Amino acid sequence: MRYLTARKRAEGKGASHTGTEHHWSMQVSAVGLALIVPTFLYIFGKALGSDYATVTETFSHPIPAIVTALVLVFGLKHFNRGFEMMAQDYLRGSRLKAAIMFMTAFTYGLAATGLFALAKLAL
Amino acid sequence: MARARLRERGPTNKGNTMAEKTKGVERPLSPHLQIWRFTIPMLTSILTRITGNALIVSTLLVVWWLIAAATSEAYFDLANGILTSWIGDIVMTLSLLGVWYHFLAGLRHLYYDAGKGLDIPTAEKLGWACLIGSVVLTVLTIVII
Repeated sequence: MRYLTARKRAEGKGASHTGTEHHWSMQVSAVGLALIVPTFLYIFGKALGSDYATVTETFSHPIPAIVTALVLVFGLKHFNRGFEMMAQDYLRGSRLKAAIMFMTAFTYGLAATGLFALAKLAL
Repeated sequence: MARARLRERGPTNKGNTMAEKTKGVERPLSPHLQIWRFTIPMLTSILTRITGNALIVSTLLVVWWLIAAATSEAYFDLANGILTSWIGDIVMTLSLLGVWYHFLAGLRHLYYDAGKGLDIPTAEKLGWACLIGSVVLTVLTIVII
């Protein structure tokens, strides 16, 4: 008689050993980004090429600042996880680990830098 | 290399072992990229990865532009000048095309994930929709902004 459930025996198996968590996180961030990216393109497109006063004025309003912050944070999260998939296809072993670590640090750093700029512009 | 190492093992290995036989068999390799006929689903799938990863360039530029705006007017003028120079215009326009392409291809991916549109005629039509749609949306965006 087996006391293990079918689910318990299946967990941790498969190529990733982590189930569909990565794929699901890509789907969630994709839907979120699909909703806000068009708005961001409009805000940023209007602001790019304007003078200093207009740009600082634009990002001091809540909606442009919040939308840009969301696109940066979730866009870079989505990017990082997508890059991970590409790295897994082309790299192995230590180089794969190093690439994922480097890109995670880089994207987090970039998102933090963008948030700092937005906070400074908004406040 | 492996065959040479096998032979060095000594008198027990004279090329008649299972290992030697299996190593020596010429197996057909899977068709390489150059042999495949280029198809729309294949091209559009590759483009999704290229556009997604290439967008880091414009993200970096946008964050730099924001930091410049948050720092001083002189620094902003420098960053804004580079982003709106002819080379900046090319990078930003290609990024806009890339973001719309990745947007449409991502929606197509979600549709595929729902188990729909996977037959060849539909998949090819969806591929063309991504390619043409991204150009149309890019032109529309440039007109609007």
